[in-house]
Amino acid sequence: MSTQATHTNGHGAGQGGHGDHAHGGHELPFWRKYIFSVDHKIIGVQYAVSALVFLFVGFTLMMLMRWQLAYPGQPLPLFGRFFSDATMPGGVMQPEFYNQLGAMHGTIMVFLGVVPLAVGGFGNYVMPLQIGAPDMAFPRLNMASYWVFLPGGVLMLCSFLMPGGAAQSGWTSYPPLSDLATSGQTVWLLAMVLLITSSLLGSINFIVTIIQLRAKGLSFWRLPFFVHAQFVTAFLLLLAFPPLEAASVMQLMDRLAGTSFFLPSGLVVSGEPLKVAGEGSPLLWQHLFWFLAHPEVYVLILPAMGIIAEVIANNTRKPLWGYRLLVSSVIFLGFMSFVVWAHHMFMTGMGTAMSTFFQTTTMIISVPSIIILTCLLMSLYGAAIRFTTPMLFALAFLPMFAIGGLTGLPLGLTASDIYLHDTFYVIGHFHYVVAPGTLFGLFAGIYYWYPKVTGRQMNSALGKLHFWGSFVAINGVFMPMFFQGMAGLSRRLYDPTVYAHGRGVQPLNVLISWSVWILAAFQLPFIVNFFMSLRTGEKVAENPWHATTLEWAAPSPPPHGNFLKEPVVYRDPYEYSVPGQPEDFHPQFAAEA
Amino acid sequence: MDQITGSYGYWLPMDISAHGAAIDRLMAILHWFMLLLFVGWGIFYVYCLVKFRARAGHVASYAPVKAIFTKYIEVAVVVVEVFLLFGLSTPVWFKYKGEPEVNSQRMRLVAEQFAWDFHYPGKDGKFGRTDASLISSENPVGLDLEDPAAKDDIVSVNQMHILLNKPTVVEITAKDVIHSFNIPVLRVKQDAIPGQRVPVSFEANQTGHFELACAQLCGLGHFKMRADVLVDSPADYAKWESENAPAPAEAAAPAAGNKQPATPEPPKAPVKGQAEKTAP
Repeated sequence: MSTQATHTNGHGAGQGGHGDHAHGGHELPFWRKYIFSVDHKIIGVQYAVSALVFLFVGFTLMMLMRWQLAYPGQPLPLFGRFFSDATMPGGVMQPEFYNQLGAMHGTIMVFLGVVPLAVGGFGNYVMPLQIGAPDMAFPRLNMASYWVFLPGGVLMLCSFLMPGGAAQSGWTSYPPLSDLATSGQTVWLLAMVLLITSSLLGSINFIVTIIQLRAKGLSFWRLPFFVHAQFVTAFLLLLAFPPLEAASVMQLMDRLAGTSFFLPSGLVVSGEPLKVAGEGSPLLWQHLFWFLAHPEVYVLILPAMGIIAEVIANNTRKPLWGYRLLVSSVIFLGFMSFVVWAHHMFMTGMGTAMSTFFQTTTMIISVPSIIILTCLLMSLYGAAIRFTTPMLFALAFLPMFAIGGLTGLPLGLTASDIYLHDTFYVIGHFHYVVAPGTLFGLFAGIYYWYPKVTGRQMNSALGKLHFWGSFVAINGVFMPMFFQGMAGLSRRLYDPTVYAHGRGVQPLNVLISWSVWILAAFQLPFIVNFFMSLRTGEKVAENPWHATTLEWAAPSPPPHGNFLKEPVVYRDPYEYSVPGQPEDFHPQFAAEA
Repeated sequence: MDQITGSYGYWLPMDISAHGAAIDRLMAILHWFMLLLFVGWGIFYVYCLVKFRARAGHVASYAPVKAIFTKYIEVAVVVVEVFLLFGLSTPVWFKYKGEPEVNSQRMRLVAEQFAWDFHYPGKDGKFGRTDASLISSENPVGLDLEDPAAKDDIVSVNQMHILLNKPTVVEITAKDVIHSFNIPVLRVKQDAIPGQRVPVSFEANQTGHFELACAQLCGLGHFKMRADVLVDSPADYAKWESENAPAPAEAAAPAAGNKQPATPEPPKAPVKGQAEKTAP
């Protein structure tokens, strides 16, 4: 067990320990190398692959819901007969099943899909390489984080098997509805406790690693923007998740131990007085939930912005415009994200003083977002843009994120929020941020770092097919939602045609649903490409994109311990097209000639 | 019941409220502002993609472009946002949340899975005492019939009558889970939260038949938790009030009908003579 001994040596755990068995003769058994691995790269891939599977599951749930929304009450053809009588008798979806799908779609996409891919996947794999570290500061904590996450995710999916089905109170799980819901909600809470614990373990590790394990010469102002984004994200996770963990435990107590943290006195449910202690507050949950869930929005978007910045710098062949301004904006964004949460609660009966505070902070937080977008946009000026597959996704991110950000304005102002709150406008807004925003960023990252992880390039023709199909279809999904929202259509309606204003925009639901299914079809080239390129992709050397940051100094794929010799950093992260240099990139790790 | 008034398309529906015009104006200004920014950015973006595409003989410039105009744009955006916030949004919101006029029509609303129970004080203008322990399927708001103030109170389920051109105050609460009182054409929305009673005020300036939709997920019947909103002329309102005011003999059992709140079906209105007219 020599490897164990070197890990627990503490002092220089990464450096000595990992170097040893990179060159050492003995191989770890399969289960230590690929399953219970402590290597940040294996863990990163584990996270990424699990997250991609969960994203696919979450997307499938939505494809089912879209049938009901486009053709309310009609039996689902072909697949309808595979469902039980409790969910879709005769292929016709039941309202309670619709609510389960909605709650689980949101939960899976946020907590099992995007965050694990953006932070667990990309953060774990790329960040230590970019700072020139041989591994994370606490490799075993890293392994523990994944092995708490995966059971959490599996448990979450298993909740569909509970009597009464999965959680059905929305991903926000507002009590008293969630307190009174069927036992799927209990499983949801238990799974959330696991997922939150996993994130906390991961975030500590990220912070310590970035502070402690940077290569010689890699000062904070020389860090790639992606590392800054992960650094701020880790702080958000660390500080925002504990209140939700506490709240989840409190809701579990309400459900299992008879407490009334979130239940007021005098509840009458189904005509019967509810026998509980009472005196609790349903709004307490909302405060605790949104205290996490607003920073969570930035947890979703910041790593993607980091990826976009890397890809844009690399493919514009010039330094990022306003690098220091970008970094300062991200840090400011991180701070501000803790003081805007109650803008989700303007309609709860909030007084004017509090709502003025929160709408003011909400307007303030739009400023760093606009600065970040401006910097990325200005980076295109004077560039020599290569339209590679990752760059296409990165370029599409800019206008898509702009739409997502701009449509936040009418929701952040209380007066317009009176009308738009809880309508499809909200759905359109945050999906523009996380779907063609964050997810496009994550796709850019997959195409960009795939050669580093596998030593092979992904197919460019399939990549472009994936991009253009997805780009058109995804706008067909989310753009009509703004019009539905303007028409006043509420979200989370099993059958929108109950209302006159819903019947008016029903044709849009058909358009959206078909766009969703077409969007799904355009993910096939990606799936094929992802697996096929493992075997048939063009083999590449360590730096196929002619990039400047440290991860490209390591072999592709990097061995255990990452670098063949300890990297030293000589300059800023994006030294492209430096006048007087023989080539148009001058890596951080290249010693002065 | 007669048709829903108005036509509903792909943009804001008709506005029948006194305060709604200010909200609609804010939304119009906001969306023009957003469109302007987006198109402005878009032109620059497309220009860059074309002008600075990689091609033979073209090299990227290392030096960052000196761009004072980005600062001007950012400052301009901040100025516009400050104006939107303090010039347009906050005044509307303060007025909306402000004290309603004294001379207003008051009613109470108790939301439940999946129905809206309206409680009118009747001709005496006083609400009878209510108590959660008195709630039953015949008495959805738990009205204490012993209370003299309750004698002329009217309770109607899934049907809301408001007076034309008269400020209306609805005190909103819920008896089980959180619902949300949402009438798009009136530009009002207020969560109905058990344990607290929040007033919302508005004034309707057009008669007709409109819809109230629940805006907060409240369970499996959420999607059809609707109510009819009837904006009445004073004559129509008086007619409805006198038709539905409990007769002295009826005072012991003012509410008829068989409401079943637990089922997702919209309950029948307990108000006599209205049962057939409620939501389909």
